[in-house]
Amino acid sequence: MNARQAPLDTPLIELINVTKSYGSGSASMQALRGVNLTIHAGEFVAIMGASGSGKSTVMNLIGCLDTPTTGSYRFKGIAVEQLDRNQRAQLRRYELGFVFQGFNLLSRTSALENVELPLIYRGLPNAERRQLALNALVTVGLQGWANHTPSELSGGQQQRVAIARAIVTQPAVLLADEPTGNLDSARSIEVMEMITRFNQELGITVVMVTHEPDMAAFASRVVHFHDGLVASDVQKPGASS
Amino acid sequence: MIWNTILLALREIRRNVLRSFLTVLGIVIGVAAVIIMVTLGGGVTVKVGDQISSLGSNLLIITPGKRMGPGQVSGAGPFKIDDATTIAREIPGLAAVAPMSSRAMTVVFGNQNWSTMVSGITDEYFTARNWAVQAGRQFNASELRSGAAVCIIGATVQTKLFGNQTAVGQRIRLQKIACEVIGVMDAKGQSTMGTDQDDLVLMPLRTFQRRIAGNTDVNMIQVSAQKGVSTEKVQRDIERLLHELRHIPANSENDFNVMDMKEITKMLTNTTKVLTGLLGAVAAVSLLVGGIGIMNIMLVSVTERTREIGIRMAIGAMEREVLLQFLVEAIVLSSFGGLIGIVLALGGSFAIASALSVPFIFNAQIVLIAFLFSAAVGVIFGYFPARKAARLDPIEALRHE
Repeated sequence: MNARQAPLDTPLIELINVTKSYGSGSASMQALRGVNLTIHAGEFVAIMGASGSGKSTVMNLIGCLDTPTTGSYRFKGIAVEQLDRNQRAQLRRYELGFVFQGFNLLSRTSALENVELPLIYRGLPNAERRQLALNALVTVGLQGWANHTPSELSGGQQQRVAIARAIVTQPAVLLADEPTGNLDSARSIEVMEMITRFNQELGITVVMVTHEPDMAAFASRVVHFHDGLVASDVQKPGASS
Repeated sequence: MIWNTILLALREIRRNVLRSFLTVLGIVIGVAAVIIMVTLGGGVTVKVGDQISSLGSNLLIITPGKRMGPGQVSGAGPFKIDDATTIAREIPGLAAVAPMSSRAMTVVFGNQNWSTMVSGITDEYFTARNWAVQAGRQFNASELRSGAAVCIIGATVQTKLFGNQTAVGQRIRLQKIACEVIGVMDAKGQSTMGTDQDDLVLMPLRTFQRRIAGNTDVNMIQVSAQKGVSTEKVQRDIERLLHELRHIPANSENDFNVMDMKEITKMLTNTTKVLTGLLGAVAAVSLLVGGIGIMNIMLVSVTERTREIGIRMAIGAMEREVLLQFLVEAIVLSSFGGLIGIVLALGGSFAIASALSVPFIFNAQIVLIAFLFSAAVGVIFGYFPARKAARLDPIEALRHE
């Protein structure tokens, strides 16, 4: 895994003519029909589109949870479609952080242990793991909540634990799938400000799927999907690519 | 990586203490059952051996008649006292040759009566059976020679006829004769075959022959070999001698029987060993059932935790890490179950052993085997659910409600 040694000018994420179809024969459904998308390190990209437009499929591909049917997905220059399940798992472990709409924390497990989880898979020693996890919880404003289980936390707090879990490994890319979908507007703005902060201060590339224009407004670039294709790709004025 | 996986598995078990406990209950019971059965079986085997050797060390029992089949003995002439004296004279290495003759009779004292076994014996009996009186005295030489009306009773007869009263010096009635009690035997308790060894009345053989049997027959000769003398050789010598004495044609079977108590001991301990093995095997089946219980719960758990597995995979868990986590969970669970079972079994078999007055014999081997077996159950029955978990598609798993 030489991802970190890729040439500087290589885009972080590069989708080349990517198609994705599900099922086979007459029952097959084409979710992506030739998508080209390039994302550079440090960008904050919002992906929008109606349901069925292919935005979730694109997120799964970028998140290395799935592989394209045809075309190529390069992450730091590595052709992901040529990797096997375990190699893609390694890529997720070392390069990606996930935030989901439904938080997806482990129930009956403390906030601290949830945040520690990706570090356990990285094989960090006990003390270091604990310290990093506590730091991450402080970063998301949850000092003092480390020993609470998800059921004892509000939705906004749960999502912040999830964000802490995603950034505790300092990933190259934070993938957020409707991160504010289950939150009220005040909590949504808190979460978005936090994600923006990580993008700007830590330089973590953010790719976020949302259908709310208010949330997309936090991004520096908005990509619209329609019917399995990129319909528009707008760079915000003033934002550098 | 192994250590991290064990950490994850332990956290998972802690997350669900009650269910984890119920899951391993089958293993706990299985391991406990196997260990209890085998431990108690071992204790019984030892007890049987002890009891038989308490009958008298190196004891051989000679009875007239040949074995026809199980329990059947054909009619053959009884022995006489001369047979016993000849055996004592001709065969080297004997400690005692005790002829005896017995009959079931009712003994009466006051308004109490009790049906028991009355035996005529010589004083060699006490040597051969390695048995002594607890109160009173043994027969003296003149009583034995003259056939005096004296008797020694067993502990059971003492209780039944006299209760707590002193028996020595009293007269009991056997049919028409009145007999003075001069001693009470030491209590021996139940024999391995379940008969009460203390339920007997002893009198001089001459008294028995003259006043009860009305003949000069001897029903049984008990022989004890000296220490260090092979009972097999003594048995062969006696067989050869009696063959001659009783004028049996060379090619026909003996009309008498020489039983070596050692052989009976061996036979009985073998029987209890086989029974122990059988009980252990039945108990092992419950271990198997416990294993299936673990597999069942693990499969349910995989389905229930599908989303969690999806989260782990999204975070970067590899197939083999998920597999290992579930496998380790199963092994840790079943080994925990095994340990709890061992503790329960040791306590339980100690309690049962003392309740049944069987010696408690710690069998480290079976404890180790049961533990390893319980861990193996975890591996075998945990593998299938673990593989199912590891092969889940992360996207599907994350979408699972």
